[in-house]
Amino acid sequence: MSQPESATADAQAGGPSVGTPTTGQEPLAKLAERYGLRRAIARPSLPVYLRQLWERRHFVMTYATSRNVSKYSNSALGQLWQVLTPMLNAAIYWLMFGVILGANKGSVSEYYPAFLITGMFVFTYTQRAVSGGAKSISGNLSLIRALHFPRAALPLAYTIQEFQQLLISMGVLVALVLATGESVTWFWLLIPVALLLQTMFNIGASLALARIGSTARDLNQLLPFIMRTWLYASGVFFSIGDKVSSPSGAGLPQWVADVMYFNPAAAYIELMRELLIAQHETRPYIWLVCVFWALFALIGGFWYFWRAEEKYGRG
Amino acid sequence: MAELTEELSRVKAEEPGVPSRDVRVHPNPEPSPASRTGTPTVIVDDLHIIYRVYGAATEAEKGNAANALLRLLKRQGRPQMKEVHAVRGVSFVAHHGDAIGIIGRNGSGKSTLLRAIAGLLPPHSGAVYTDGQPSLLGVNAALMRELTGERNIVLGCYAMGMNPTQVREKFDDIVDFSGIGEFVQFPMSTYSSGMGARLRFAIASAKAHDVLLIDEALATGDREFKRKSQQRIKQMRDEAGTVFLVAHNLDVIEETCNRVIWLHKGKIKMDGDPETVLAAYNKV
Repeated sequence: MSQPESATADAQAGGPSVGTPTTGQEPLAKLAERYGLRRAIARPSLPVYLRQLWERRHFVMTYATSRNVSKYSNSALGQLWQVLTPMLNAAIYWLMFGVILGANKGSVSEYYPAFLITGMFVFTYTQRAVSGGAKSISGNLSLIRALHFPRAALPLAYTIQEFQQLLISMGVLVALVLATGESVTWFWLLIPVALLLQTMFNIGASLALARIGSTARDLNQLLPFIMRTWLYASGVFFSIGDKVSSPSGAGLPQWVADVMYFNPAAAYIELMRELLIAQHETRPYIWLVCVFWALFALIGGFWYFWRAEEKYGRG
Repeated sequence: MAELTEELSRVKAEEPGVPSRDVRVHPNPEPSPASRTGTPTVIVDDLHIIYRVYGAATEAEKGNAANALLRLLKRQGRPQMKEVHAVRGVSFVAHHGDAIGIIGRNGSGKSTLLRAIAGLLPPHSGAVYTDGQPSLLGVNAALMRELTGERNIVLGCYAMGMNPTQVREKFDDIVDFSGIGEFVQFPMSTYSSGMGARLRFAIASAKAHDVLLIDEALATGDREFKRKSQQRIKQMRDEAGTVFLVAHNLDVIEETCNRVIWLHKGKIKMDGDPETVLAAYNKV
Protein backbone atom coordinates (compact mmCIF):
# COMPACT_ATOMS: atom_id res chain seq x y z
CA MET A 1 0.00 0.00 0.00
CA SER A 2 1.79 3.15 -1.14
CA GLN A 3 1.50 6.37 0.72
CA PRO A 4 0.98 8.80 -2.21
CA GLU A 5 -2.08 6.89 -3.32
CA SER A 6 -3.56 6.97 0.10
CA ALA A 7 -3.07 10.70 0.23
CA THR A 8 -5.08 11.14 -2.95
CA ALA A 9 -7.69 8.82 -1.59
CA ASP A 10 -8.06 11.03 1.44
CA ALA A 11 -8.39 14.06 -0.73
CA GLN A 12 -11.02 12.40 -2.89
CA ALA A 13 -13.05 11.25 0.05
CA GLY A 14 -12.99 14.70 1.54
CA GLY A 15 -13.83 13.06 4.82
CA PRO A 16 -12.93 14.38 8.21
CA SER A 17 -9.30 14.86 8.99
CA VAL A 18 -8.11 11.48 10.04
CA GLY A 19 -5.59 10.02 12.41
CA THR A 20 -5.41 13.19 14.44
CA PRO A 21 -7.76 14.57 17.03
CA THR A 22 -10.39 16.78 15.51
CA THR A 23 -9.84 20.41 16.28
CA GLY A 24 -11.65 23.52 15.27
CA GLN A 25 -15.14 22.06 15.61
CA GLU A 26 -17.11 21.13 18.68
CA PRO A 27 -15.00 18.83 20.84
CA LEU A 28 -16.29 15.28 20.66
CA ALA A 29 -16.45 15.02 24.43
CA LYS A 30 -18.87 18.00 24.47
CA LEU A 31 -20.93 16.42 21.72
CA ALA A 32 -21.13 13.21 23.71
CA GLU A 33 -22.25 15.13 26.76
CA ARG A 34 -24.90 16.99 24.79
CA TYR A 35 -26.48 13.75 23.62
CA GLY A 36 -26.14 12.04 26.97
CA LEU A 37 -23.66 9.41 25.84
CA ARG A 38 -21.56 7.74 28.47
CA ARG A 39 -18.05 6.41 28.41
CA ALA A 40 -18.07 2.85 27.16
CA ILE A 41 -15.72 1.69 29.85
CA ALA A 42 -16.49 3.75 32.90
CA ARG A 43 -16.29 2.12 36.31
CA PRO A 44 -19.73 1.88 37.90
CA SER A 45 -20.25 3.11 41.43
CA LEU A 46 -19.86 0.54 44.16
CA PRO A 47 -23.61 -0.02 44.79
CA VAL A 48 -24.29 -0.32 41.05
CA TYR A 49 -21.38 -2.70 40.73
CA LEU A 50 -22.73 -4.87 43.53
CA ARG A 51 -26.13 -4.94 41.88
CA GLN A 52 -24.63 -5.91 38.53
CA LEU A 53 -22.70 -8.67 40.25
CA TRP A 54 -25.89 -9.91 41.88
CA GLU A 55 -27.64 -9.93 38.50
CA ARG A 56 -24.87 -12.15 37.20
CA ARG A 57 -25.18 -14.68 40.02
CA HIS A 58 -26.46 -17.36 37.65
CA PHE A 59 -23.43 -16.93 35.47
CA VAL A 60 -21.12 -17.15 38.47
CA MET A 61 -22.75 -20.34 39.71
CA THR A 62 -22.95 -21.96 36.29
CA TYR A 63 -19.38 -21.02 35.50
CA ALA A 64 -18.12 -22.49 38.78
CA THR A 65 -20.09 -25.72 38.33
CA SER A 66 -19.04 -26.01 34.70
CA ARG A 67 -15.40 -25.68 35.61
CA ASN A 68 -15.76 -28.38 38.23
CA VAL A 69 -17.55 -30.69 35.80
CA SER A 70 -15.08 -30.13 32.98
CA LYS A 71 -12.14 -30.65 35.32
CA TYR A 72 -12.72 -34.38 35.68
CA SER A 73 -14.60 -35.02 32.45
CA ASN A 74 -11.65 -36.72 30.78
CA SER A 75 -11.00 -39.25 33.54
CA ALA A 76 -12.64 -42.65 33.69
CA LEU A 77 -13.81 -42.26 37.27
CA GLY A 78 -15.22 -38.82 36.50
CA GLN A 79 -16.78 -36.93 39.38
CA LEU A 80 -15.66 -39.63 41.82
CA TRP A 81 -12.31 -37.84 41.86
CA GLN A 82 -13.91 -35.00 43.76
CA VAL A 83 -14.04 -37.40 46.73
CA LEU A 84 -10.96 -39.45 45.90
CA THR A 85 -8.56 -36.49 45.66
CA PRO A 86 -9.05 -35.23 49.25
CA MET A 87 -8.96 -38.81 50.58
CA LEU A 88 -5.70 -39.58 48.81
CA ASN A 89 -4.26 -36.31 50.03
CA ALA A 90 -5.20 -37.14 53.60
CA ALA A 91 -3.63 -40.59 53.27
CA ILE A 92 -0.35 -39.15 51.97
CA TYR A 93 -0.10 -36.51 54.69
CA TRP A 94 -0.83 -39.05 57.39
CA LEU A 95 1.80 -41.41 55.96
CA MET A 96 4.44 -38.71 55.53
CA PHE A 97 4.03 -36.65 58.66
CA GLY A 98 2.32 -39.05 61.01
CA VAL A 99 4.17 -42.29 60.33
CA ILE A 100 7.49 -41.57 58.59
CA LEU A 101 8.51 -38.19 59.97
CA GLY A 102 6.90 -38.83 63.31
CA ALA A 103 5.61 -35.33 63.78
CA ASN A 104 2.89 -36.58 66.08
CA LYS A 105 4.60 -35.62 69.32
CA GLY A 106 3.84 -32.94 71.82
CA SER A 107 0.48 -31.75 73.02
CA VAL A 108 -1.45 -33.01 70.00
CA SER A 109 -0.10 -36.57 69.89
CA GLU A 110 -3.32 -38.13 71.13
CA TYR A 111 -5.34 -36.89 68.21
CA TYR A 112 -2.65 -36.22 65.63
CA PRO A 113 -4.43 -37.75 62.58
CA ALA A 114 -7.52 -35.61 63.11
CA PHE A 115 -5.32 -32.60 63.89
CA LEU A 116 -3.36 -33.03 60.67
CA ILE A 117 -6.26 -33.82 58.35
CA THR A 118 -8.33 -30.90 59.60
CA GLY A 119 -5.44 -28.50 59.13
CA MET A 120 -4.68 -29.81 55.69
CA PHE A 121 -8.24 -29.62 54.40
CA VAL A 122 -8.88 -26.16 55.76
CA PHE A 123 -5.59 -24.86 54.42
CA THR A 124 -6.12 -26.47 51.01
CA TYR A 125 -9.41 -24.60 50.62
CA THR A 126 -7.80 -21.21 51.16
CA GLN A 127 -4.73 -22.10 49.15
CA ARG A 128 -6.67 -23.28 46.10
CA ALA A 129 -9.16 -20.42 46.21
CA VAL A 130 -6.41 -17.82 46.45
CA SER A 131 -4.18 -19.36 43.76
CA GLY A 132 -7.19 -19.76 41.48
CA GLY A 133 -8.23 -16.18 42.10
CA ALA A 134 -4.76 -14.93 41.19
CA LYS A 135 -5.13 -16.51 37.75
CA SER A 136 -8.80 -15.69 37.27
CA ILE A 137 -8.22 -12.43 35.41
CA SER A 138 -4.91 -13.08 33.66
CA GLY A 139 -6.08 -16.53 32.53
CA ASN A 140 -9.39 -15.36 31.13
CA LEU A 141 -8.38 -12.41 28.99
CA SER A 142 -10.19 -13.74 25.95
CA LEU A 143 -13.41 -13.95 27.96
CA ILE A 144 -12.90 -10.45 29.34
CA ARG A 145 -12.24 -9.10 25.87
CA ALA A 146 -15.37 -10.69 24.45
CA LEU A 147 -18.19 -10.24 26.94
CA HIS A 148 -19.54 -7.73 29.40
CA PHE A 149 -19.92 -8.61 33.03
CA PRO A 150 -18.60 -7.30 36.33
CA ARG A 151 -15.10 -8.69 36.36
CA ALA A 152 -15.40 -9.62 40.03
CA ALA A 153 -17.57 -12.50 38.77
CA LEU A 154 -14.45 -14.39 37.75
CA PRO A 155 -12.52 -14.50 41.04
CA LEU A 156 -15.85 -15.08 42.74
CA ALA A 157 -16.59 -18.04 40.48
CA TYR A 158 -13.16 -19.51 41.18
CA THR A 159 -13.77 -19.30 44.92
CA ILE A 160 -17.23 -20.81 44.58
CA GLN A 161 -15.75 -23.61 42.51
CA GLU A 162 -13.39 -24.36 45.39
CA PHE A 163 -16.27 -24.03 47.84
CA GLN A 164 -18.18 -26.73 45.95
CA GLN A 165 -15.11 -28.94 46.20
CA LEU A 166 -14.82 -28.09 49.88
CA LEU A 167 -18.35 -29.31 50.63
CA ILE A 168 -17.30 -32.73 49.37
CA SER A 169 -13.98 -32.53 51.24
CA MET A 170 -15.84 -31.64 54.42
CA GLY A 171 -17.87 -34.83 54.10
CA VAL A 172 -14.64 -36.79 53.83
CA LEU A 173 -13.11 -34.81 56.68
CA VAL A 174 -16.02 -35.43 59.03
CA ALA A 175 -15.99 -39.14 58.19
CA LEU A 176 -12.24 -39.35 58.83
CA VAL A 177 -12.42 -37.38 62.05
CA LEU A 178 -15.17 -39.67 63.30
CA ALA A 179 -13.10 -42.66 62.25
CA THR A 180 -10.18 -41.46 64.37
CA GLY A 181 -12.36 -41.68 67.45
CA GLU A 182 -13.77 -38.18 67.82
CA SER A 183 -17.39 -37.85 68.77
CA VAL A 184 -20.07 -35.46 67.60
CA THR A 185 -20.55 -32.44 69.84
CA TRP A 186 -22.83 -29.42 69.85
CA PHE A 187 -19.90 -27.38 68.61
CA TRP A 188 -20.27 -29.06 65.22
CA LEU A 189 -23.29 -26.86 64.63
CA LEU A 190 -20.90 -23.94 64.36
CA ILE A 191 -18.93 -25.53 61.50
CA PRO A 192 -21.01 -23.80 58.78
CA VAL A 193 -20.34 -20.46 60.47
CA ALA A 194 -16.60 -21.15 60.48
CA LEU A 195 -16.75 -22.12 56.81
CA LEU A 196 -18.71 -18.99 55.99
CA LEU A 197 -16.09 -16.82 57.65
CA GLN A 198 -13.31 -18.62 55.82
CA THR A 199 -15.17 -18.30 52.52
CA MET A 200 -15.55 -14.55 53.08
CA PHE A 201 -11.81 -14.32 53.64
CA ASN A 202 -11.09 -16.44 50.56
CA ILE A 203 -13.29 -14.32 48.32
CA GLY A 204 -11.62 -11.14 49.52
CA ALA A 205 -8.12 -12.54 49.20
CA SER A 206 -8.72 -13.93 45.72
CA LEU A 207 -10.23 -10.62 44.57
CA ALA A 208 -7.15 -8.76 45.78
CA LEU A 209 -4.77 -11.26 44.21
CA ALA A 210 -6.78 -11.26 40.98
CA ARG A 211 -6.04 -7.58 40.57
CA ILE A 212 -2.37 -8.02 41.42
CA GLY A 213 -2.13 -11.05 39.12
CA SER A 214 -3.74 -9.16 36.25
CA THR A 215 -0.69 -6.91 35.92
CA ALA A 216 2.10 -8.72 37.74
CA ARG A 217 2.66 -11.68 35.43
CA ASP A 218 5.35 -13.23 37.56
CA LEU A 219 2.95 -13.74 40.42
CA ASN A 220 1.96 -17.13 39.05
CA GLN A 221 5.56 -18.32 39.27
CA LEU A 222 5.97 -16.93 42.77
CA LEU A 223 2.67 -18.14 44.21
CA PRO A 224 3.73 -21.76 44.82
CA PHE A 225 6.59 -20.55 47.01
CA ILE A 226 4.43 -18.06 48.85
CA MET A 227 1.85 -20.77 49.41
CA ARG A 228 4.41 -23.24 50.71
CA THR A 229 5.80 -20.69 53.13
CA TRP A 230 2.28 -19.94 54.26
CA LEU A 231 1.62 -23.66 54.71
CA TYR A 232 4.63 -24.08 56.98
CA ALA A 233 3.87 -20.92 58.90
CA SER A 234 0.29 -21.91 59.63
CA GLY A 235 0.88 -24.91 61.85
CA VAL A 236 -0.70 -27.50 59.63
CA PHE A 237 1.71 -30.31 60.54
CA PHE A 238 2.63 -29.18 64.02
CA SER A 239 1.20 -27.25 66.90
CA ILE A 240 2.53 -23.69 66.91
CA GLY A 241 2.11 -23.54 70.67
CA ASP A 242 4.48 -26.49 71.13
CA LYS A 243 7.26 -24.65 69.38
CA VAL A 244 7.28 -22.07 72.15
CA SER A 245 6.86 -23.99 75.37
CA SER A 246 7.69 -27.64 74.92
CA PRO A 247 11.26 -28.77 75.64
CA SER A 248 11.50 -30.51 72.26
CA GLY A 249 10.39 -27.37 70.42
CA ALA A 250 12.46 -24.79 68.60
CA GLY A 251 12.11 -22.34 71.45
CA LEU A 252 10.46 -19.58 69.45
CA PRO A 253 9.78 -16.33 71.25
CA GLN A 254 6.16 -15.94 72.27
CA TRP A 255 5.50 -13.02 69.97
CA VAL A 256 6.48 -15.08 66.89
CA ALA A 257 3.94 -17.69 67.87
CA ASP A 258 1.33 -14.97 68.39
CA VAL A 259 1.98 -13.57 64.94
CA MET A 260 1.77 -17.03 63.43
CA TYR A 261 -1.52 -17.67 65.20
CA PHE A 262 -2.84 -14.34 63.99
CA ASN A 263 -2.27 -15.22 60.33
CA PRO A 264 -5.64 -15.96 58.75
CA ALA A 265 -4.90 -19.51 57.60
CA ALA A 266 -3.75 -20.52 61.08
CA ALA A 267 -6.78 -18.82 62.61
CA TYR A 268 -9.28 -20.70 60.44
CA ILE A 269 -7.41 -23.96 60.96
CA GLU A 270 -7.39 -23.52 64.73
CA LEU A 271 -11.07 -22.59 64.72
CA MET A 272 -12.02 -25.71 62.80
CA ARG A 273 -9.86 -27.91 65.02
CA GLU A 274 -11.46 -26.42 68.07
CA LEU A 275 -14.90 -27.21 66.73
CA LEU A 276 -14.16 -30.70 65.45
CA ILE A 277 -11.78 -32.05 68.06
CA ALA A 278 -13.11 -32.00 71.61
CA GLN A 279 -9.78 -32.13 73.45
CA HIS A 280 -8.04 -29.51 71.29
CA GLU A 281 -6.96 -26.57 73.37
CA THR A 282 -8.90 -23.36 72.77
CA ARG A 283 -7.08 -20.28 71.52
CA PRO A 284 -8.09 -16.98 73.10
CA TYR A 285 -9.96 -14.52 70.86
CA ILE A 286 -10.06 -17.06 68.01
CA TRP A 287 -13.54 -16.03 66.86
CA LEU A 288 -12.60 -12.40 66.98
CA VAL A 289 -9.55 -12.99 64.79
CA CYS A 290 -11.57 -15.03 62.29
CA VAL A 291 -14.34 -12.44 62.03
CA PHE A 292 -11.77 -9.67 61.69
CA TRP A 293 -10.01 -11.39 58.79
CA ALA A 294 -13.28 -12.26 57.06
CA LEU A 295 -14.55 -8.67 57.12
CA PHE A 296 -11.19 -7.07 56.46
CA ALA A 297 -10.41 -9.28 53.45
CA LEU A 298 -13.90 -9.20 51.94
CA ILE A 299 -14.42 -5.44 52.17
CA GLY A 300 -10.82 -4.50 51.43
CA GLY A 301 -10.42 -7.04 48.63
CA PHE A 302 -13.66 -6.08 46.95
CA TRP A 303 -12.87 -2.38 47.12
CA TYR A 304 -9.34 -2.95 45.84
CA PHE A 305 -10.57 -5.07 42.93
CA TRP A 306 -13.35 -2.67 42.01
CA ARG A 307 -10.93 0.28 41.85
CA ALA A 308 -9.33 -1.16 38.72
CA GLU A 309 -12.51 -2.54 37.12
CA GLU A 310 -12.11 -0.63 33.86
CA LYS A 311 -8.47 -1.65 33.43
CA TYR A 312 -8.85 -5.43 33.30
CA GLY A 313 -8.59 -6.64 29.75
CA ARG A 314 -5.59 -4.62 28.75
CA GLY A 315 -3.40 -7.44 30.03
CA MET B 1 -18.39 -7.33 -9.25
CA ALA B 2 -21.22 -5.02 -8.44
CA GLU B 3 -23.66 -7.07 -10.49
CA LEU B 4 -22.67 -10.20 -8.67
CA THR B 5 -23.23 -8.52 -5.35
CA GLU B 6 -26.63 -7.34 -6.40
CA GLU B 7 -27.56 -10.79 -7.46
CA LEU B 8 -26.34 -12.22 -4.20
CA SER B 9 -28.33 -9.77 -2.21
CA ARG B 10 -31.45 -10.60 -4.15
CA VAL B 11 -30.94 -14.29 -3.49
CA LYS B 12 -30.60 -13.59 0.19
CA ALA B 13 -33.62 -11.33 0.28
CA GLU B 14 -35.80 -14.03 -1.22
CA GLU B 15 -34.96 -16.56 1.40
CA PRO B 16 -37.58 -17.55 3.92
CA GLY B 17 -37.12 -15.80 7.20
CA VAL B 18 -35.90 -17.61 10.24
CA PRO B 19 -38.35 -18.12 13.08
CA SER B 20 -39.06 -14.75 14.55
CA ARG B 21 -37.55 -13.84 17.85
CA ASP B 22 -39.75 -11.08 19.06
CA VAL B 23 -38.72 -11.16 22.67
CA ARG B 24 -36.39 -8.29 23.34
CA VAL B 25 -34.06 -9.33 26.07
CA HIS B 26 -32.41 -6.01 26.60
CA PRO B 27 -33.50 -4.67 29.96
CA ASN B 28 -33.94 -0.97 29.25
CA PRO B 29 -36.64 -0.10 26.74
CA GLU B 30 -35.80 2.55 24.22
CA PRO B 31 -37.77 4.77 21.86
CA SER B 32 -38.54 3.39 18.42
CA PRO B 33 -35.60 3.57 16.00
CA ALA B 34 -37.36 5.85 13.54
CA SER B 35 -37.80 8.66 16.02
CA ARG B 36 -34.13 8.79 16.80
CA THR B 37 -32.47 8.34 13.45
CA GLY B 38 -29.56 10.69 13.14
CA THR B 39 -28.68 11.18 16.78
CA PRO B 40 -25.17 10.12 17.73
CA THR B 41 -24.97 6.71 19.35
CA VAL B 42 -21.25 6.06 19.36
CA ILE B 43 -18.59 8.74 19.57
CA VAL B 44 -14.94 7.76 19.34
CA ASP B 45 -12.67 10.58 20.44
CA ASP B 46 -8.96 10.37 19.57
CA LEU B 47 -8.75 6.77 20.66
CA HIS B 48 -5.41 5.09 21.29
CA ILE B 49 -5.17 1.45 22.24
CA ILE B 50 -1.90 -0.09 23.30
CA TYR B 51 -1.59 -3.80 23.90
CA ARG B 52 1.09 -5.26 26.06
CA VAL B 53 2.52 -8.42 24.58
CA TYR B 54 4.69 -10.68 26.67
CA GLY B 55 7.38 -13.02 25.51
CA ALA B 56 7.70 -11.49 22.05
CA ALA B 57 11.44 -12.02 21.76
CA THR B 58 13.31 -10.66 18.78
CA GLU B 59 16.36 -12.15 17.10
CA ALA B 60 18.78 -10.45 19.45
CA GLU B 61 17.10 -11.52 22.65
CA LYS B 62 16.45 -15.25 22.61
CA GLY B 63 14.31 -16.52 25.40
CA ASN B 64 16.76 -18.47 27.50
CA ALA B 65 17.34 -18.02 31.18
CA ALA B 66 20.86 -16.60 30.96
CA ASN B 67 19.78 -13.90 28.57
CA ALA B 68 16.73 -13.16 30.67
CA LEU B 69 18.97 -12.61 33.67
CA LEU B 70 21.34 -10.42 31.67
CA ARG B 71 18.48 -8.30 30.42
CA LEU B 72 17.11 -8.03 33.90
CA LEU B 73 20.48 -6.83 35.17
CA LYS B 74 20.99 -4.37 32.37
CA ARG B 75 17.59 -2.80 32.05
CA GLN B 76 15.88 -3.62 35.28
CA GLY B 77 12.55 -3.73 33.51
CA ARG B 78 10.35 -6.43 32.17
CA PRO B 79 12.32 -6.96 29.03
CA GLN B 80 10.07 -9.41 27.25
CA MET B 81 7.22 -6.98 27.23
CA LYS B 82 6.43 -5.34 23.93
CA GLU B 83 3.89 -2.66 23.39
CA VAL B 84 1.74 -2.84 20.31
CA HIS B 85 0.10 0.41 19.36
CA ALA B 86 -2.93 -1.12 17.69
CA VAL B 87 -5.19 1.93 17.35
CA ARG B 88 -3.53 5.30 16.89
CA GLY B 89 -5.83 8.22 17.30
CA VAL B 90 -9.15 7.29 15.74
CA SER B 91 -12.08 9.73 15.90
CA PHE B 92 -15.52 9.45 14.40
CA VAL B 93 -19.19 9.80 15.24
CA ALA B 94 -21.72 7.07 14.46
CA HIS B 95 -25.41 7.87 14.30
CA HIS B 96 -28.58 5.98 14.96
CA GLY B 97 -29.52 3.86 11.98
CA ASP B 98 -25.97 3.64 10.71
CA ALA B 99 -24.51 0.39 9.50
CA ILE B 100 -20.80 1.00 9.44
CA GLY B 101 -18.38 -1.35 7.75
CA ILE B 102 -14.80 -1.42 8.95
CA ILE B 103 -12.26 -2.60 6.41
CA GLY B 104 -8.52 -2.88 6.33
CA ARG B 105 -5.74 -5.38 6.11
CA ASN B 106 -4.94 -8.00 8.70
CA GLY B 107 -3.53 -6.31 11.77
CA SER B 108 -4.84 -2.88 10.92
CA GLY B 109 -6.67 -2.67 14.24
CA LYS B 110 -10.21 -3.51 13.14
CA SER B 111 -11.02 -6.04 15.83
CA THR B 112 -9.26 -3.97 18.45
CA LEU B 113 -11.34 -0.93 17.56
CA LEU B 114 -14.47 -3.04 17.78
CA ARG B 115 -13.53 -4.30 21.23
CA ALA B 116 -12.80 -0.77 22.37
CA ILE B 117 -16.23 0.40 21.19
CA ALA B 118 -17.74 -2.50 23.09
CA GLY B 119 -15.97 -1.21 26.18
CA LEU B 120 -13.97 -4.39 26.53
CA LEU B 121 -10.54 -2.90 25.98
CA PRO B 122 -9.53 0.07 28.08
CA PRO B 123 -8.23 2.98 25.98
CA HIS B 124 -4.68 4.14 26.52
CA SER B 125 -5.84 7.66 25.84
CA GLY B 126 -8.92 9.20 24.29
CA ALA B 127 -12.40 7.86 24.92
CA VAL B 128 -15.37 6.04 23.50
CA TYR B 129 -18.82 7.37 24.34
CA THR B 130 -21.85 5.21 23.72
CA ASP B 131 -25.58 5.24 24.13
CA GLY B 132 -26.51 2.00 25.87
CA GLN B 133 -24.27 -0.98 26.01
CA PRO B 134 -22.68 -2.07 22.73
CA SER B 135 -22.32 -5.81 22.47
CA LEU B 136 -19.91 -7.91 20.54
CA LEU B 137 -21.58 -10.78 18.72
CA GLY B 138 -19.67 -13.81 19.91
CA VAL B 139 -19.63 -16.05 22.93
CA ASN B 140 -16.83 -18.50 22.14
CA ALA B 141 -14.60 -17.50 25.00
CA ALA B 142 -17.15 -18.51 27.62
CA LEU B 143 -17.74 -22.00 26.31
CA MET B 144 -15.88 -25.09 27.48
CA ARG B 145 -14.98 -27.83 25.05
CA GLU B 146 -15.22 -30.63 27.59
CA LEU B 147 -18.82 -29.87 28.39
CA THR B 148 -21.91 -31.05 26.55
CA GLY B 149 -23.69 -28.80 24.08
CA GLU B 150 -26.58 -28.47 26.52
CA ARG B 151 -24.40 -27.19 29.33
CA ASN B 152 -22.63 -24.86 26.95
CA ILE B 153 -25.88 -23.35 25.75
CA VAL B 154 -26.87 -22.56 29.33
CA LEU B 155 -23.39 -21.28 30.19
CA GLY B 156 -23.20 -19.14 27.06
CA CYS B 157 -26.61 -17.60 27.63
CA TYR B 158 -25.76 -16.71 31.23
CA ALA B 159 -22.43 -15.29 30.08
CA MET B 160 -24.32 -12.96 27.75
CA GLY B 161 -26.38 -11.78 30.69
CA MET B 162 -29.65 -13.65 30.33
CA ASN B 163 -31.72 -14.76 33.30
CA PRO B 164 -33.01 -18.32 33.85
CA THR B 165 -36.41 -17.61 32.29
CA GLN B 166 -34.82 -16.26 29.12
CA VAL B 167 -32.45 -19.21 28.97
CA ARG B 168 -35.36 -21.64 29.15
CA GLU B 169 -37.21 -19.69 26.46
CA LYS B 170 -34.26 -19.60 24.09
CA PHE B 171 -32.91 -23.08 24.67
CA ASP B 172 -35.00 -24.93 22.08
CA ASP B 173 -34.56 -22.13 19.54
CA ILE B 174 -30.82 -22.40 19.87
CA VAL B 175 -30.82 -26.17 19.44
CA ASP B 176 -33.14 -25.94 16.44
CA PHE B 177 -31.20 -23.17 14.78
CA SER B 178 -27.84 -24.86 15.22
CA GLY B 179 -29.27 -28.02 13.69
CA ILE B 180 -26.95 -30.28 15.66
CA GLY B 181 -29.83 -32.47 16.86
CA GLU B 182 -29.01 -35.08 19.46
CA PHE B 183 -25.34 -34.13 19.41
CA VAL B 184 -26.38 -31.49 21.92
CA GLN B 185 -25.93 -34.16 24.59
CA PHE B 186 -22.31 -34.86 23.62
CA PRO B 187 -19.28 -32.85 24.68
CA MET B 188 -18.37 -30.07 22.28
CA SER B 189 -14.91 -31.59 21.90
CA THR B 190 -16.52 -34.38 19.89
CA TYR B 191 -18.11 -31.96 17.41
CA SER B 192 -16.84 -31.39 13.93
CA SER B 193 -15.54 -27.87 13.41
CA GLY B 194 -18.66 -27.01 11.43
CA MET B 195 -20.99 -28.23 14.15
CA GLY B 196 -19.07 -26.32 16.79
CA ALA B 197 -19.23 -23.14 14.75
CA ARG B 198 -22.96 -23.59 14.22
CA LEU B 199 -23.68 -24.03 17.89
CA ARG B 200 -21.49 -21.05 18.83
CA PHE B 201 -23.26 -18.85 16.33
CA ALA B 202 -26.67 -20.06 17.45
CA ILE B 203 -25.88 -19.17 21.06
CA ALA B 204 -24.28 -15.82 20.24
CA SER B 205 -27.17 -14.67 18.06
CA ALA B 206 -29.87 -15.56 20.58
CA LYS B 207 -29.75 -12.12 22.15
CA ALA B 208 -30.88 -8.78 20.75
CA HIS B 209 -28.68 -5.71 21.05
CA ASP B 210 -28.86 -1.90 20.85
CA VAL B 211 -25.47 -1.34 19.33
CA LEU B 212 -24.28 -4.46 17.63
CA LEU B 213 -20.69 -5.21 16.77
CA ILE B 214 -20.10 -8.05 14.36
CA ASP B 215 -16.65 -9.42 13.73
CA GLU B 216 -15.95 -11.23 10.50
CA ALA B 217 -16.05 -14.96 9.90
CA LEU B 218 -19.15 -15.52 11.97
CA ALA B 219 -21.14 -17.07 9.19
CA THR B 220 -19.38 -20.39 8.98
CA GLY B 221 -20.42 -23.93 8.41
CA ASP B 222 -21.87 -25.54 5.33
CA ARG B 223 -23.60 -23.70 2.54
CA GLU B 224 -27.04 -24.03 3.96
CA PHE B 225 -26.04 -22.85 7.41
CA LYS B 226 -24.14 -19.95 5.90
CA ARG B 227 -27.30 -18.67 4.29
CA LYS B 228 -29.28 -19.26 7.45
CA SER B 229 -26.78 -17.35 9.57
CA GLN B 230 -26.52 -14.46 7.14
CA GLN B 231 -30.27 -14.17 7.33
CA ARG B 232 -30.05 -14.09 11.09
CA ILE B 233 -27.36 -11.42 11.02
CA LYS B 234 -29.50 -9.35 8.74
CA GLN B 235 -32.40 -9.64 11.12
CA MET B 236 -30.21 -8.63 14.04
CA ARG B 237 -28.98 -5.65 12.05
CA ASP B 238 -32.52 -4.53 11.51
CA GLU B 239 -33.31 -4.80 15.21
CA ALA B 240 -30.22 -3.00 16.40
CA GLY B 241 -29.90 0.78 16.34
CA THR B 242 -26.33 0.97 15.10
CA VAL B 243 -24.26 -1.79 13.59
CA PHE B 244 -20.52 -2.12 13.13
CA LEU B 245 -19.41 -4.82 10.79
CA VAL B 246 -15.82 -5.97 10.38
CA ALA B 247 -15.30 -8.10 7.32
CA HIS B 248 -12.81 -8.96 4.63
CA ASN B 249 -15.63 -9.85 2.32
CA LEU B 250 -16.25 -6.51 0.64
CA ASP B 251 -19.45 -7.72 -0.99
CA VAL B 252 -21.07 -8.08 2.41
CA ILE B 253 -19.92 -4.58 3.36
CA GLU B 254 -21.14 -3.04 0.14
CA GLU B 255 -24.45 -4.77 0.44
CA THR B 256 -25.22 -3.89 4.03
CA CYS B 257 -23.40 -0.75 5.06
CA ASN B 258 -24.22 2.90 4.46
CA ARG B 259 -20.80 4.03 5.60
CA VAL B 260 -17.34 2.51 5.46
CA ILE B 261 -14.29 3.25 7.59
CA TRP B 262 -10.98 2.15 6.20
CA LEU B 263 -8.36 1.47 8.86
CA HIS B 264 -4.71 1.31 7.99
CA LYS B 265 -2.07 0.63 10.63
CA GLY B 266 -4.35 1.82 13.39
CA LYS B 267 -5.43 5.07 11.74
CA ILE B 268 -8.45 5.99 9.69
CA LYS B 269 -7.31 6.19 6.13
CA MET B 270 -10.70 6.99 4.74
CA ASP B 271 -14.22 7.43 6.02
CA GLY B 272 -17.17 7.87 3.76
CA ASP B 273 -19.87 6.25 1.66
CA PRO B 274 -19.27 2.67 0.54
CA GLU B 275 -18.74 3.31 -3.20
CA THR B 276 -16.00 5.87 -2.71
CA VAL B 277 -14.13 4.07 0.03
CA LEU B 278 -14.39 0.63 -1.50
CA ALA B 279 -13.27 1.96 -4.87
CA ALA B 280 -10.20 3.50 -3.27
CA TYR B 281 -9.56 0.38 -1.22
CA ASN B 282 -9.73 -1.84 -4.26
CA LYS B 283 -7.23 0.34 -6.09
CA VAL B 284 -4.35 -0.29 -3.69
